[in-house]
Amino acid sequence: MAFDFKVNGKAAHSDAPPSTPLLWVIREELKLTGTKFGCGTGLCGACMVHIDGRRAFSCQTQMSQVAGKAVTTIEGLSPDSLHPVQKAWLAERVPQCGYCQSGQIMSAADLLAHNPKPSRSQIIEHMSTNICRCGTYQRIVRAVERAAKEA
Amino acid sequence: MTIQIRNVEIGRREFMIGAAGFTFAVAARLPFGSAEAAGKDVALSPWVTISTDDTVAIMSPAAEMGQGSLTSLPLILAEELDADWSKVRIVVAPPNDELYKNPAFGYMYTAGSNAVTAYFKDLRRFGAQVRKVLLANAAKHWNVPVEELSTEPNAVIHAKSGRRMSYGEIAAFAEVPATAPEVAESELKKANQFRLIGKDVIRVELPQKVNGTAPYSIDVQVPGMLYGAILRSPVEGGAPDKIDDAKAKSITGVVRIVPLPYGVGVIAETPWAAFDAKEALKVTWTRTGKAWGFNTEKALVEFAAAARDPSRPAKLWAKEGDAVAALQTAATVVESEYRNDLVYHAQMEPLNAVASVSPAGDACELWCGVQSKTIAVTVAANALKIAPDKITYHDMLMGGGFGRRGHRDEEYVHDAVVLSNAVKKPVKAMWTREDDVHNGRFNPLSVHFLRAGFDTSGKLIAYHHRKATDEVTAFQDPVRFGRQNGRDVIAFVGIDAAYYAVPNRLAEAVPQNSGLRTSSLRGISHLTNIFAIESFMDELARKRAVDPATFRRDLVKSNPRALNIIDRVAHMADWGRKRDGSALGFAYMNYSGTQIALVAEVTVDRRTGVVRVPNVWTALDPGIAVQPDNVVAQTESSIVYGLGFALWERITVDDGAVQESNFYDYHVPRLNEVPQMSIEVVSTDNHPTGVGQMATPLVAPAIANAVAELTGVRLRETPMSPERVKKALG
Repeated sequence: MAFDFKVNGKAAHSDAPPSTPLLWVIREELKLTGTKFGCGTGLCGACMVHIDGRRAFSCQTQMSQVAGKAVTTIEGLSPDSLHPVQKAWLAERVPQCGYCQSGQIMSAADLLAHNPKPSRSQIIEHMSTNICRCGTYQRIVRAVERAAKEA
Repeated sequence: MTIQIRNVEIGRREFMIGAAGFTFAVAARLPFGSAEAAGKDVALSPWVTISTDDTVAIMSPAAEMGQGSLTSLPLILAEELDADWSKVRIVVAPPNDELYKNPAFGYMYTAGSNAVTAYFKDLRRFGAQVRKVLLANAAKHWNVPVEELSTEPNAVIHAKSGRRMSYGEIAAFAEVPATAPEVAESELKKANQFRLIGKDVIRVELPQKVNGTAPYSIDVQVPGMLYGAILRSPVEGGAPDKIDDAKAKSITGVVRIVPLPYGVGVIAETPWAAFDAKEALKVTWTRTGKAWGFNTEKALVEFAAAARDPSRPAKLWAKEGDAVAALQTAATVVESEYRNDLVYHAQMEPLNAVASVSPAGDACELWCGVQSKTIAVTVAANALKIAPDKITYHDMLMGGGFGRRGHRDEEYVHDAVVLSNAVKKPVKAMWTREDDVHNGRFNPLSVHFLRAGFDTSGKLIAYHHRKATDEVTAFQDPVRFGRQNGRDVIAFVGIDAAYYAVPNRLAEAVPQNSGLRTSSLRGISHLTNIFAIESFMDELARKRAVDPATFRRDLVKSNPRALNIIDRVAHMADWGRKRDGSALGFAYMNYSGTQIALVAEVTVDRRTGVVRVPNVWTALDPGIAVQPDNVVAQTESSIVYGLGFALWERITVDDGAVQESNFYDYHVPRLNEVPQMSIEVVSTDNHPTGVGQMATPLVAPAIANAVAELTGVRLRETPMSPERVKKALG
């Protein structure tokens, strides 16, 4: 089987088996390694991407589900790394080891795209999908609040 | 400022190492052909290269796993060099113990939250030495006495004539002396002269951590690269007995099945083929190794018996006065036992490495994220039976470390090297999360038995602590274990609570040998010790009907820094105020010189046993806070890590094998579970001490103490999971 889809606005193609997780095609075929492997079970959110404008666990999305769809990865979130969420993430000095942060940022961008002025509890609920083992959570909340204010 | 995370080719022969371990007679080749450095690079020392375009490249000797040393160590050098931070480029130091060793360990090893502490003095001297060389060259050039010169960031100034010369201009003609100039302590800056230390700068690699370009080993792409996965024996010491690989071999893309002494490797053209083939392997294991039959529940009972029984073998850890005699004559004796389950690191990046062994097997390129790069080079060289200088090492960021990547065998690096060697092609060897859990190396089980004696006046006169646990260093790093003469710091340091004034003290290490894979983990020995010690202190205070903060105050009263921190956190938390439906708990420790105290507020749902922690207050004095906001960030991080240990995190083992697999049965804290954290950093003029893990051990006892305050029930076992809390509450 061959799958045609879009990644970050460009046409993409893969011959991987239908059950292959999108994550591995993005990372190892398309070499877009900003999207991370964390658990492979849709529990940590390190692999978060946007599919047709909504966040999705790329490790839980099989290639057969991606055909014809538009995928956005951290590399495609903004042309210059200046998405309001990325700017807020730097302003609040969020990352520590940084490994989960692509997924955190993709989750936060998804929240603000659909709810530009989220309440604190909405932020907490939405962002609890993603694990950060460095425990940058307090700064994540501050950064989402800042991005909502400054966007 | 940019970061160069690349191998830096510096031949050892290019350095002439003087008696002081330092000389300027060097010519480092740094890979600065990039746009940032348009000028000619002039190496002024193994640590500093100044370009004629005025950029300053500074070596960073520690491994970066999120703690910030990549930035803070060069910043310390830049301070005394008087470098303009906006012109500084950070270069990751190559594997070279002679030049870049952590002075506390004697080799390049980042652990124990000691990078700033250990390198601080040397880095300041190295910076001051290069500054002196620049001053001497400027003095000669202008033909003025050096005493008339001063520096401003990246420039030498001659105030008398109003002349200035940039460091880059000086580099163009600089003569580098054969031996480094002496720098007296008095020539170093005073704290009030600091331009960088104590002023927050953005960590150098952060921009790459918000756009997906930060380089971790799992991201490495090498032309022609294959993918490796390894099925390991479920029990340490087991070896493959019968291997049925028929199904694995039939999977499209599988290249080779590689039997290994400790497991079976799979090499495939794609990661999904490698993982599928690993799952399809049918392997039986020899029951070699000690841990077969091991069960955590049963072991805790056995550990407890060993901790409680004074006739069971123990190693003397610390002794002061005669605690045994004092306990016999004490007016009141209090005894308590505390237990701790196995804890898993759960660094977000599953372990992995990339290796590319040459066709003849006589050289290897290596990409990995490790806490000791010189050990990684040694591991690769030994696996291939070649000299270390045949290993080309590429330093990668770590997606979390927490002690997991600091073992003498660095087995995940070894995996990549042996698999690449089997096919003589580049191989990215990756562990799945399940591999990472099943083959985890854990903070060991421990049981603590504590006794205390009071005299008739209510004075604490005796402290006795017996800790039964595995000797971690014996497994993690036999070389270090040998050097320490069997005194296992990772497993036992801090059991004596030496910072509490008690006239009679006895601390005993009761070594167990479960045969499990164990490791240092954030907080090391203190993680479990402080749960025991600080819970015990709380019990003692309650027994004496003394306020728990006051009780600790009395035991540290000769240490003004400790008193200040205890008072500070009490003030922050409004410690004396009773809450409605919640309660506060207190904990303090002196962690390698860092004074830290923490108050947790808890609520308890008696029906479900769920403990919630709405607020945590922490005050700490780490001496000079080199990067104050990063100290806050590290403390937030330490608290969240300690929260997981306190409430949820638990690995169980049956018949030697780990029972948990992934984040569905190993619960790490999420955003909706963490408290509001208020942190105050009290920077003082003392030598900087650690900040990377200091709050972690305080969280569990502060929670337990708050639960005792709220419910009257003492929790004695971590994690304080809902089932256990429910049971304890009756």
